[in-house]
Amino acid sequence: MNISPARIWRNRVPRYRLVGGECQKCGKRHFPPRPKCPYCGAKDVKQVELPRRGRVESFTVLYNVPEGHRDSSPAIIASIILDDGTRVVAPLVDIDPSEAKTNMRVEAVFRRLSVDGDYGLIVYGIKFRPVMDGSRGGEDRAGESG
Amino acid sequence: MMRRVYVASVGLIRVGRHYGKDLVDLALDAASQALASVDIEPQLIIASSMLAETLQEQSLLASKIASNLGLRYRPAIRVETGQSSGLAAVYTAYAFVASGLAEAALVVGVEKLTDYPSAIVNKALGLSLDSDYESYYGITPAAIAGLSMRYYMEKYGVSRDELSEWPVMMHTNAAENPFAQIRRRVTKEDVQRSQIVSDPIRVLDTSPVGDGAAAIVLASEDLARRQGIDGLVELAGFGLASDDTVLSIRGDLDTIPTARLAVEQALSRAKTEINDIDVVELHDEYTITAMLLLEESGLAEKGKAAKMLAEGRFHPGDKPTVNPSGGLKARGHPVGATGVYQVAEVTMQLRGDFPGVRVSGAENGLVISLGGLGSSAIACVVRRA
Repeated sequence: MNISPARIWRNRVPRYRLVGGECQKCGKRHFPPRPKCPYCGAKDVKQVELPRRGRVESFTVLYNVPEGHRDSSPAIIASIILDDGTRVVAPLVDIDPSEAKTNMRVEAVFRRLSVDGDYGLIVYGIKFRPVMDGSRGGEDRAGESG
Repeated sequence: MMRRVYVASVGLIRVGRHYGKDLVDLALDAASQALASVDIEPQLIIASSMLAETLQEQSLLASKIASNLGLRYRPAIRVETGQSSGLAAVYTAYAFVASGLAEAALVVGVEKLTDYPSAIVNKALGLSLDSDYESYYGITPAAIAGLSMRYYMEKYGVSRDELSEWPVMMHTNAAENPFAQIRRRVTKEDVQRSQIVSDPIRVLDTSPVGDGAAAIVLASEDLARRQGIDGLVELAGFGLASDDTVLSIRGDLDTIPTARLAVEQALSRAKTEINDIDVVELHDEYTITAMLLLEESGLAEKGKAAKMLAEGRFHPGDKPTVNPSGGLKARGHPVGATGVYQVAEVTMQLRGDFPGVRVSGAENGLVISLGGLGSSAIACVVRRA
């Protein structure tokens, strides 16, 4: 596997805190943050913490997982529209594949992604889980690490 | 002023498991066939492969192929745009000849995938996704396509049964194609019962893993006419567009914006329209990819491709006939070589000597290739001269 600590460290902010880009010209947001706006090309993109809740736009149950991710098979991968309209593609956890549904409410959590063998690095990142508190919506908990 | 560019010859090997041959052996088999049928010395070699480093530990592949072909000291370049590398190589060679930098060029697309177990091959194919934000999370190309497929089925009310017509048609077409990896017919029930890869995608919605190589010789108009080649075919217009490597930025799950742009540009440069196309070879890496490409190219309205297919459109005998080769689904998908296969197949259709399902009287062909699932899209209009 040969996971490089430097490669993981460089992306720690957007990956661990769910930070996206917000164009100061057209106002649209995107994830992951890019130096120029993918929609209008403007240079002035500010990094912002994105809302940690959203709804499932589509999902897939992945059985054929790649090397390093066998622990999480079958993995549910979802396209999520956050409450500000930004799209994020990430794994869904704490749910049986048979219970995953389009449009279900989900929230970001900080989780283990993969392990580099028995003695190697553990890689972390954001996954999403069903919203637990019963409120269909609720306030965004921006900044809180789940 | 750009010059006209012609396909002088083609060479193909059957896609499959070639245990006894390495990357260069495969490339030489295809290139030797293409070079044997014309009296043309290529002035440069454009090679393509997506995974030569990853799976065969070889960069500088174009130099190695050139030397092994007895073409030492010729300019040799390898081109890479993921799974569309083959068509990018044809485009690059076209640009050299069209601009006058070369009179003749050899394009060789080659890939060797079958040396390793599927977990390693799948990881390598996943390099076309975003390394930091997709493959990092264990996301694979099939998962990205799975997101699109579920979204498409729910949004447009398309059934599993309707979509299954695609692999059924591809396997039926490939049964006639001597270069196809899988020459076995399947039924809709077979598709429905095949193993789940990334639900709703099943094995028979995906292209098989295979080795392959395809080559074409391109020539300027002067050279092609001097050679007196029968059945000249012109590369009449290319289009290419690139996009972000993450799906989250590329946009709606039922669109491939780069494909629309590439096809529009290719048709416009060839001064033709989608309705004039007789034969199409498109990049059906997954069943859903085929549906989206039929729609983005203007052959079907949004959400209607599967229904048109079920009504018999795009089958042999229709205009256009789509993927008479059997497509990536059944001809096979030796990734970095696939675009060269497609151009070679459409060339043979227009010359009237394709050895499988034939589109009789075809004048105009269209090739569409994707890198990743739309991070690169390339289209080429091929025309009988």
